[in-house]
Amino acid sequence: MKQPSPRGELSALLLSVIAGSVASAQDALPRLDALTGESISRTPDILHDDDLQLALFCLYELHYSGVDGAGDDWEWDPDLLRIRHRIEAAFEQRVRDETVVPALPEPTSEAVCAELFRLTGEDGGPSMSRFVAKSATDDQLREFLVHKSVNQLREADPHTFAIPRLSGRSKAAMVEIQADEYGNGLPARMHSALYARTMRELGMDDAYGGYLDAVPAITLAVNNLMSLFGLHRRLRGAIVGHLAAYEMTSSQPNRLYSRGFKRHGYGPDVTEYFDEHVEADAVHEQIAGRDMAGGLVESDPRLLEDVLFGAAAGLAIDTLMTVHIMESWEAGRSSLRASDVAA
Amino acid sequence: MGVDRVADQQDTEGAQEARAGHPLNSGSAAPVSVVACPDGPLLVRGDFTLLGADGEELPRTRRTVALCRCGASVLKPYCDGSHKLIGFRSEP
Ligand code: FES
Ligand SMILES: [Fe+2]
Ligand SMILES: [Fe+2]
Repeated sequence: MKQPSPRGELSALLLSVIAGSVASAQDALPRLDALTGESISRTPDILHDDDLQLALFCLYELHYSGVDGAGDDWEWDPDLLRIRHRIEAAFEQRVRDETVVPALPEPTSEAVCAELFRLTGEDGGPSMSRFVAKSATDDQLREFLVHKSVNQLREADPHTFAIPRLSGRSKAAMVEIQADEYGNGLPARMHSALYARTMRELGMDDAYGGYLDAVPAITLAVNNLMSLFGLHRRLRGAIVGHLAAYEMTSSQPNRLYSRGFKRHGYGPDVTEYFDEHVEADAVHEQIAGRDMAGGLVESDPRLLEDVLFGAAAGLAIDTLMTVHIMESWEAGRSSLRASDVAA
Repeated sequence: MGVDRVADQQDTEGAQEARAGHPLNSGSAAPVSVVACPDGPLLVRGDFTLLGADGEELPRTRRTVALCRCGASVLKPYCDGSHKLIGFRSEP
């Protein structure tokens, strides 16, 4: 990923530290650690803190595609991991405060599946998909693509980290879903490739992270949540619940997104990403609820609460992003950090 | 770049045909299972072919499919999640 622009003291220092070698940065690391502590203690809300969310995103990115110019040995550097852990602890606490975990069902596959469908069927605030279908302007469609691009250009990767931590039925189910996300062996059918094509068709940059500078903290938080859940074995129940909720809230919204792009005269090369998800996620949501999440709970009933927490947390943080976007649009503003970035 | 992309598409179509005709190269075929999802579709897994009334194979891009049994899908025979919108109940 290309180096993003810093958003404050912390991300500025972090980006300059990882741009150098581990050996040359030994003096700067204590300063980075102290700055992390200060940033955490003075932030009014870490979910909307640009500097902290960008720092966390870059620290996680070392485990994905890397950050241009950053040495590979930073990924497992103990000092950097300790700093990441401090941000993660504050972030996870804030997410837990924001999340209402529903009453726990019986730890059976069918009961877990039914509860996840019930939870994801609840009205979660404003509907971006209905707005996109009926009213979004061409500029707003592009903004929508920018927000989604942070995850969709690496679609499925955060959840894939969980595969070795599962076994039996839940593992087979996650692999079945992920294989579909990765195009079943056909690179052009990878969902990330379909999304990139949509962006190219609109004349937008399809490079992973190309619009990172444009998205607000809450969009980074939506993505950081997946990395938090995906990279910690302790949270394997949460990443499974997160994926189930994601799949269960996809088919119908994607139908509406597709309609919004068709309304502006865009053809199948643009809408295929969305059309594919209508059909794919109607399959994925059944596998995810019953076999992946339900199967995990049946094999380890202690994970029941974590599964529901992951689902509820994903929905809650997603809703905050939707609220931000819809409020911006209702006020006639761009939902991005600089209104001309997507043009 | 443009040439590369054309080549990619041809490869893709070829590979898709190969997969549709021969789901597995060796070993025994996976047994077919149908899961009747409560209040939802029929989830079909394994090695099967899906035919129209004319005996022609229906367009299919994934191994495991969800077949609509609520009647409301606009992607029939596949499920598109509409069963949730109409409150479909599989038990009386
Ligand atoms: S069963 Fe899902 S749309 Fe009919
Ligand atoms: Fe997908
Ligand atoms: Fe999916």
